[in-house]
Amino acid sequence: MADVPPTRMNQQIFKGKKKAAEGGHKLLKKKADALKVKFRDYAKAIAETKSSMTGDSSNAFFSMTQAEYAAGNFKQKVAEGSMTARVRVGAGVDNVAGVKLPVFTKYDTGAAADNQSLGLVGGGKKIQNVREKFTDLLEMLIKLASLQTSFQTLDEALKVTNRRVNALENVTIPKIEGILGYIARELDELEREDFTRLKLVQGKKEIEIKREAAQKAKEAAKIMVSGQARPKSNDADITAAFDANDDEDVVF
Amino acid sequence: MDVGKLVAVIGDEDTVTGFLLAGVGHRTAEGSNFLIVKQDTQLTQVEESFQKLSQRNDIGIILINQHIANDIRHVLKDYNQTIPTVLEIPSKEHPYDPEQDYIMQRVNMFLGGGGI
Repeated sequence: MADVPPTRMNQQIFKGKKKAAEGGHKLLKKKADALKVKFRDYAKAIAETKSSMTGDSSNAFFSMTQAEYAAGNFKQKVAEGSMTARVRVGAGVDNVAGVKLPVFTKYDTGAAADNQSLGLVGGGKKIQNVREKFTDLLEMLIKLASLQTSFQTLDEALKVTNRRVNALENVTIPKIEGILGYIARELDELEREDFTRLKLVQGKKEIEIKREAAQKAKEAAKIMVSGQARPKSNDADITAAFDANDDEDVVF
Repeated sequence: MDVGKLVAVIGDEDTVTGFLLAGVGHRTAEGSNFLIVKQDTQLTQVEESFQKLSQRNDIGIILINQHIANDIRHVLKDYNQTIPTVLEIPSKEHPYDPEQDYIMQRVNMFLGGGGI
């Protein structure tokens, strides 16, 4: 911090900087709080959804077992051939305190279902049931996926924000305060130095003046003495040369 | 037609079949968006397929059975992209254990150890 010249201008600049840093710190703190609230919501929602997912999925698997029992082994048939996804996820964006969170929304492309003829021989209804159950499960999983993505993004954003808040609080602001203190100290020191110097100069001047005055008084006294002692012939000469000074001597 | 992203599935036969019936399956000349993991499927094959799926940019979500996720945990640990999102789901034979899910660990940690 010593590399900052301690001037009034720098003091003003750093005062401005301190104000800005404090403002930023306040704002970031608010942002972190907002994120934390959201984060908590998401965490709760995830915990709930995950626990209900267990039940839903076991339901879905049970329906699968039923279908297998009714329709025989149809699994290979499902997985073969070319197919086009009927279900896609759209990626929307949610905005929490400036943090963009991806949100998945499920939508059907409207394409015809593959393997419509599946279970024609038997168990068609059961297979339909499986379709429905898994579609429901999928819907929930997509919801869960967007929650989870948001959760992770928020987690990351929260960490970054907290880091910034702490950096401002514990590094930037103390540094600026240190510089401000340093500048104030230096300026005071300069002022004191100036004061002492002025005093010293004044003192010297006073001594000088006193000395001069003493000298002059002495000279004047001498002149007075010699003037009275000497003959008058020199008198006119002396007054001509020291006329102005003579006047001042009277003051002292 | 390629609006929106696909849902990829890595799982056992029952899981994959179920989701295929729900209509997530997408198979083109380049490959499919699902992998059926059977008893004799090599671990490296699963890893490879996960890497491939996670690098495709037309996939938004990867569903993976938890017991398979546990097998390739070392790969999942290094995975830090946001999209595609990796979602661990229960399978038929293996009940869901929230303790093993990274997200659930984080959630529980945040909510204070004991869950809700």
